[in-house]
Amino acid sequence: MAKITFHGVGIKAMAACVPSKVVYNRDLGYLIPKEEIEKTIESIGIVERRVADEDVTASDLAYQAARQLLDDNGIDTSSIDVLLFMSQTGDYRIPATSCILQHRLGLAKTTACIDLTLGCSGYVFALSTAMAYASMEGVNRVLLLDGETFSKIVNRRDKVDWPLYGDAATATLIEKGDYGATTFLLNTDGSGEDAVKIRAGMRHRITADSLVEREQEEGNIRNELEVYMDGMDVFNFAISKVPRSVKEILKETEQTIDDIDFLVFHQSNKFMTDFFIKKLKFPPERVPYCIQKYGNTSSTSIPLTIVSELYNKLDGHKKVVMCGFGAGLSWGTALVDFKDCQITPVIEYERKVTKQ
Amino acid sequence: MNLNNFIENFADQFEETDASAFTPDTKFKELEEWSSLIALSIIAMVDEEYDITLKGDDIRNSATILDLFNIVKGKS
Repeated sequence: MAKITFHGVGIKAMAACVPSKVVYNRDLGYLIPKEEIEKTIESIGIVERRVADEDVTASDLAYQAARQLLDDNGIDTSSIDVLLFMSQTGDYRIPATSCILQHRLGLAKTTACIDLTLGCSGYVFALSTAMAYASMEGVNRVLLLDGETFSKIVNRRDKVDWPLYGDAATATLIEKGDYGATTFLLNTDGSGEDAVKIRAGMRHRITADSLVEREQEEGNIRNELEVYMDGMDVFNFAISKVPRSVKEILKETEQTIDDIDFLVFHQSNKFMTDFFIKKLKFPPERVPYCIQKYGNTSSTSIPLTIVSELYNKLDGHKKVVMCGFGAGLSWGTALVDFKDCQITPVIEYERKVTKQ
Repeated sequence: MNLNNFIENFADQFEETDASAFTPDTKFKELEEWSSLIALSIIAMVDEEYDITLKGDDIRNSATILDLFNIVKGKS
């Protein structure tokens, strides 16, 4: 178990950007029998989602979130020492998207840029990386951008995945300062590699055949460059790890449920999160959801939930537990001490601003 | 572990299917109401009631309610 504690670093500001195009799950009649649509929406808790246009990428959304954060907080771009981009839907396989973002955002050439890649646990891991850099001598500020456009890797005729996923990006500014302790518990179980997977890559080389759509389990259609998820195995993994990891972080940090202001779960689906809350006996009013509006946005969902639902609720000192879990299998839990975090409400992507 | 209780708990996850449709030999995946979301409810129910975590394959490899009961029983 990787248990990590940081002192003297924290989250100064956050922002988020979503595509303006809304997709409604009630319109999925071509995929799900009409009489089951309402029940499905109620169970997964996803009414609508945002989907990026064909030519808009996760980094475009992340760029606007970052721009908003820097402008709203009067941050000089030369003060950013490290830029991290957390995504599984980066612009290219080569080069790293963080390098493109450095140039586009006008950050100094002395900025260290790194892409990070993980599934729905990604933000918690990336935040620990950001805090690690921010703790080091020589680094004062780290800009962590987390963006995903799963609409580009999910088949529209995959009834497990398509009703779930939405696109979004967030920006988080981490810096040295007078912050309390932040603790992370980071875990991995690669024996579950098949639970969420895109098969084609290097292990199984991409060929023309990879693009052929085929009927898969239970009539779902996808090609080998699109994501597959075994919902039952993911749930099996999540119920055995997630509630326990929340209990563990409370125990490790000697906190009780009453000490925690908010518990922010990765927005996988509402049924699952409701189950965790019930199992943990955690007061539901302190568990924010944005899944009804934005769906499951993979690693972006935790910061998006904070920006969307807690933007006027994190004044002063607040203790927030975050828990992300997903592909890998990988799961991470953090207890973050928020202090006067500046949050800009969610913005919608504006095409004219980024057209170059 | 009691089979009748298990069948009752199993049936509770369904809203529309009549309780009389559930017997040890019911091929549950052939029920009209069966869906991947009900599969998640079954996993949640078994976790809550029996403190056992079912895998996807446990459900995939079970044809009848009795098959699933035996898997849960075998793990307890």
